[in-house]
Amino acid sequence: MRTTVPMENTVLHIADVDKRFGGLHALSDIDLDVKEGTTHAIIGPNGAGKSTLLNVCIGRLAPDSGAVVFDGKTITGKRPYEINQMGIARVFQTAEIFPDLTLLQNTMIPAFAKRDGAFRLNAWPMVSRQREIQEEAEHWLQDVGLIEYKDRLASSLSRGDKRRLELAMGLVQHPRLLLLDEPTAGMSRHDTNATIDLLMKIKERGMTKVIIEHDMHVVFSLADRITVLAQGRIIADGKPEDVKGNPVVQEAYLGGTH
Amino acid sequence: MQMTTLRQDFLFLALFAIAVLTMPIWLDPLGANYPDLLQKFAIYGIFAIGFNILFGLTGYLSFGHAAFLGVGSYAAVWAFKLFSMNVVPALLLAMIVAGLFSAAIGYICLRRAGIYFSILTLAFAQMSYNLAYSVLTPITNGETGLQLSLQDARILDRTFGIDATGGIPFPNFFGLTMGGYGGFYFCAVLLIVCFFIALRIDRSPFGMMLRAIKSNQNRMAYTGFNTRPYAMTAFIISGMYAGLAGALLAATDPLAGAERMQWTASGEVVLMTILGGAGTLVGPIVGAGVIKYFENIFSAYNEGRLHAIFSFLPDGLENFFVTVTTPFVGEGWHLTLGIAFMLVVIFLPGGLMEGVRRIRSLFSRRKSKPEQAELAPAE
Repeated sequence: MRTTVPMENTVLHIADVDKRFGGLHALSDIDLDVKEGTTHAIIGPNGAGKSTLLNVCIGRLAPDSGAVVFDGKTITGKRPYEINQMGIARVFQTAEIFPDLTLLQNTMIPAFAKRDGAFRLNAWPMVSRQREIQEEAEHWLQDVGLIEYKDRLASSLSRGDKRRLELAMGLVQHPRLLLLDEPTAGMSRHDTNATIDLLMKIKERGMTKVIIEHDMHVVFSLADRITVLAQGRIIADGKPEDVKGNPVVQEAYLGGTH
Repeated sequence: MQMTTLRQDFLFLALFAIAVLTMPIWLDPLGANYPDLLQKFAIYGIFAIGFNILFGLTGYLSFGHAAFLGVGSYAAVWAFKLFSMNVVPALLLAMIVAGLFSAAIGYICLRRAGIYFSILTLAFAQMSYNLAYSVLTPITNGETGLQLSLQDARILDRTFGIDATGGIPFPNFFGLTMGGYGGFYFCAVLLIVCFFIALRIDRSPFGMMLRAIKSNQNRMAYTGFNTRPYAMTAFIISGMYAGLAGALLAATDPLAGAERMQWTASGEVVLMTILGGAGTLVGPIVGAGVIKYFENIFSAYNEGRLHAIFSFLPDGLENFFVTVTTPFVGEGWHLTLGIAFMLVVIFLPGGLMEGVRRIRSLFSRRKSKPEQAELAPAE
């Protein structure tokens, strides 16, 4: 492995990551730095390897070669829960919620993970007495606009609302790095705009985010930096205005998929 | 699981305690008021509560829980033989041994989930059952079963000068003998204690994590939880409940046999939990009661009894009804239980407690008194 020294304010450093699925080269030679406090968008046509890259970051997939370094520590090979405990939370594209629990419980659970760590035998005190956790959860449910449904079962939500719940579950952990996989997919235009506003608000608080998104309106509203993937390779990387005018990107989006 | 206040929970516990302690009164008209059966209600209630912590809360379906019941029984009888006829050391030893045993089995079985976990637990239980008959005969006394004898050491009893005079002594709790109603009330108090502990677990953050594991285990890992120790703890707790139940079986009837570990016994607790309502607090206890009731009461019905029941009918009809119902009682009680189980699973997938809930919501809607429903945070 080549030793690339991550820059000082780099939160996430992806170094030469390679991943193959049989004959498919899903990721090749991915080198990427995510800077502290920025919103880093990863865009690209379907099948470009965006979700694979996120899966490598959270430990769902192991890269064939290369490494992911978070906060100066290598996280490749660590278990998903260890990676989360280090401060990376993910908002899933297909709402990965707890369908049999209420919205409030869904949101309290990640908060417990943040407070109590990966395992704690907290079997005597009552959940209803955990005021701080409950208030924290309610605060984020309020922010994503689901507070009035807090005692409903999560399975009863619409697809768009499940995505908002996902968002609350990610934010309640105050992660150092939040990975968002198409956070507005399945949302109405109104909800999408509300989500953009919310993410802008969090940005002011300095949370670092990596966001995968198809909706260019969302990308250009939020991103400080954009990386474009196509067929498992980085074809462009830079400030939004640079990427926008890049002919290679135009080609990949307009020519590549048709 | 609802968010409940402490006051609601204590009210709930008080109602439960009253219902359990007055069992000899309200079960009398049902013909179930005799100590042996009452003891079984309480003991299998404990077994089912513990099983529910693993199956109902965490979602791991164990088909081998009878192994812990059997281990608890053997440990208890050994405690009677070696230490004292007082049940305290027996219960403690049984819970410790069952806890260790479940830790060992859980360590291996919890590497898999779903059907593979169930099959692994089943395999371990059958292995224990067969070992009890073969290699482990010095500990289990094989087919004869482990029994007390006059020559037993009973170190503690001898040290304190409590000696057996004439005949084998009976297990007791500081003088309160474990037979008859004394035994029932002792088991009933333990059932209430076990219920209270399960209630606290259910309402705790730990209990919420167990439910979350059942709901979406993968998501738990990406949320930062190491799910293995959670499932492991649930497994050990339910193993210790089973060990306690096994020890109480041995205390009320001081012998231990391997048949207690057979797969049918493991299946029985699964039936109890599903019949009553998996994941509810009271359901498994109700299920245990119903099954033990069928087993003991329905199986005792015979043709003569049926003739007596239908005697108010004209002769022809009486004979007709007796002929029709005969296959369902006596030896046929399994048939009745099987039909009841199928009806519950098909029409009330949430078990008998779902039926209770439906009836209650029907009433509260009719009376439009919503606070009525809030009062029972049980399920």
